[in-house]
Amino acid sequence: MVHQHFMLVEQLTVAENVVLGREPKKNGLFDFEEAVRITGQVAQHYNFKLDPRVKVEDCSVGVKQKIEILKALLRGAKILILDEPTAVLTPQEVIELFEELKKLRDMGHTIVFISHKLNEVMAFCDSFTILRKGRVAQEGKIADYSEQELSNFMIGRVLSKTKKRQNKGERGEEILRVRDVSYTNRQGKKLLESISFSLCKGEIIGVAGVEGNGQNELSELITGLARFSQGDITVDGVSIKGKSVRQIRDMGISNISEDRMVFGCSATLSVIDNMIADRYYKQPYSNYQCLNTKVIKREVKELVGRYEISCPDEASAISMLSGGNIQKVIVAREFTGGAHVVVANQPTRGIDVGAASFIHDQLIQMTADNDAAVLLISADLSEILSMSDAIIVMVGGEISAYIEDASKVSELELGEYMLGVKKMDSSEIIKALHSAKTNGFKVVSE
Amino acid sequence: MFEQFFSQDYMVAFLNSIIRMSTPLIFCAIGALIADHAGTMNMALEGIMLSASFAAVYFSALTSSMWGGIIGALFGGCIISSLLAYFHLFKKSDLIITGIALNTFASGGTSYLLFLTTGEKTTSRLLRSLQAPQVNIPYIQDIPILGEVLSGHNVLTYSSFICIIIVYVLIFKSRFGLRVRAVGHNPNAANSIGLNVRKIKFRALLISGAFASLGGAFMSMGYLSYFARDMIAGRGYIGLAAATLASGKPFGTLLAALGFGTANAFSITLATMNLNADLVAMLPYAATILGLVLISARKLAIEKGKTKLVNKIMEEKKL
Repeated sequence: MVHQHFMLVEQLTVAENVVLGREPKKNGLFDFEEAVRITGQVAQHYNFKLDPRVKVEDCSVGVKQKIEILKALLRGAKILILDEPTAVLTPQEVIELFEELKKLRDMGHTIVFISHKLNEVMAFCDSFTILRKGRVAQEGKIADYSEQELSNFMIGRVLSKTKKRQNKGERGEEILRVRDVSYTNRQGKKLLESISFSLCKGEIIGVAGVEGNGQNELSELITGLARFSQGDITVDGVSIKGKSVRQIRDMGISNISEDRMVFGCSATLSVIDNMIADRYYKQPYSNYQCLNTKVIKREVKELVGRYEISCPDEASAISMLSGGNIQKVIVAREFTGGAHVVVANQPTRGIDVGAASFIHDQLIQMTADNDAAVLLISADLSEILSMSDAIIVMVGGEISAYIEDASKVSELELGEYMLGVKKMDSSEIIKALHSAKTNGFKVVSE
Repeated sequence: MFEQFFSQDYMVAFLNSIIRMSTPLIFCAIGALIADHAGTMNMALEGIMLSASFAAVYFSALTSSMWGGIIGALFGGCIISSLLAYFHLFKKSDLIITGIALNTFASGGTSYLLFLTTGEKTTSRLLRSLQAPQVNIPYIQDIPILGEVLSGHNVLTYSSFICIIIVYVLIFKSRFGLRVRAVGHNPNAANSIGLNVRKIKFRALLISGAFASLGGAFMSMGYLSYFARDMIAGRGYIGLAAATLASGKPFGTLLAALGFGTANAFSITLATMNLNADLVAMLPYAATILGLVLISARKLAIEKGKTKLVNKIMEEKKL
């Protein structure tokens, strides 16, 4: 079993992780050299390239996945279960993984590939089983079905094919401006370096990048969860510097956080409490420090209906709901607070296709009448490509590419930017920024 | 009044007492270290040491043998540590609260047993318990000054230094140690490859308790020759702090324990110099707090320095 979240002990070496549980022994003690030898041997047998002596924390995501697969193989696994193995990989790494898995298949291993990415399932698998609400909805041979049919089985109804958002060409006025922003964390590590871009009303900008390249920090800075050390971020021309999270939210920024159970909601509170978390102190929800439960209940009921949230009761704890419904509660709260800028960080991660497409529709709706803008941070490249007008690629806390028209770039090309194989130089980025923003946006390039 | 302190006799006695005072702290810190590597904290160290020191006296009097006392101490300490491990790991009780409850329980329990066995309420002087022998190291004892400082200590004191090496091998060189570290750093990962996380943590807590028990045994069979009520006096917590300071490194733990031992010895020396005894008795505990704050501040500074260096190198590379 290879888990979606790696089951590795970061502080130990690759070899130690691989042999853990069946460690070689010499004179009653653990034999590290033998562990290195075993790991090297198995890696070579399956044609994996890795160094058994380095610590796991220094390995890239792709290598970590290989370690996980090696761990299973060393234990003589005949059946490999991979849970969303491609979610964290770049397209190039995905191709490499599939090559390796195909080799394993030819060696006689069975591979169970758990994924919600249908194109990968279509390209890689021989047969499929579709689960819906804990039940088998359909099984069969891949060759007998089309991608559209599989998708229909998954949601149990015919889903109109994901609308490819049209690049409208014209944009509203600039609403969010990020200028030359750098961020250094408490340990003194520089995580963002001179980030500049601007977001206009009616626009969706996608932020692509391998996870951990500064995307989360960027979203934290814009929403006020972290303080930037340099540069400035303005909303409608007003700087957010030194403002509290509540003040920034009142300026019209809302946030769908990457980790919905930590930042998005409070698991033990009810749907009602979570829904009004950003407005309970305002009129008409509270009067003279007392909550106006009548208004709140009515309002929440209305939102639950409008956002198609299926929950047994608005007063039940939000943790009783499915991931997709929890996310819908968060979306309902964040979209109805009068926001002009939505920072959506992995808004559809790990939720079912139906809820994801609903949230996509809502995001598009938000920008439809040029009223709001969306900064969409996602590890899912197909989501970025189908939703965004323009795309920013982040590598190592810097913008490595700015693609002004998302329809003119392929997934593979994006992958090359994400891996740092290809990189726009700063003049190219500036040029792209200039031509995209005709309304007086200047990039300061000192 | 400090002149006498700097005389040779006084210095020798002082250094000698550092080693003596550090012994229980070293044992206890070793116990804390093992639990730390297993990703838990042995909050009951204080109670473990206390019941071990009572059991040491009781069983050595009962069997009239030193070994009886040592084994009794291990038994007494392991009762408390297995209670902690059982409640915390199998009944999911809160670690800190359970630990503190067990420490209080040990304090009351040993006082009660003391009264039952001796009819006294403060010390066990009536019991004819034995002491662990003192060891004179050949050759070294003949060296002037150094011999007086290093030789002639209790056998348990020397054992504590040997135990540091044993623990280093146990944690970093043995299979069990690798598993303990894996469980401590990422229990989910350990679980996913079929290691029994609870079992490994349970064992680690028992071993942790066993080492601390030796520290308890030293208190009533070496440092003093009898059991006195609440004689551990916070040493369990100081040992815990020592292991935290060293962040998991056995030899760093030894140094930290020696440091707190020095503070302890210092406070006793000062108490003989007409200073307010209660004020001076505060010294080891104040040193603990100061140590924790200073080390944590230093770690942050080092971390900052490191990343600054990395940033600099990265920038130079770009240019």
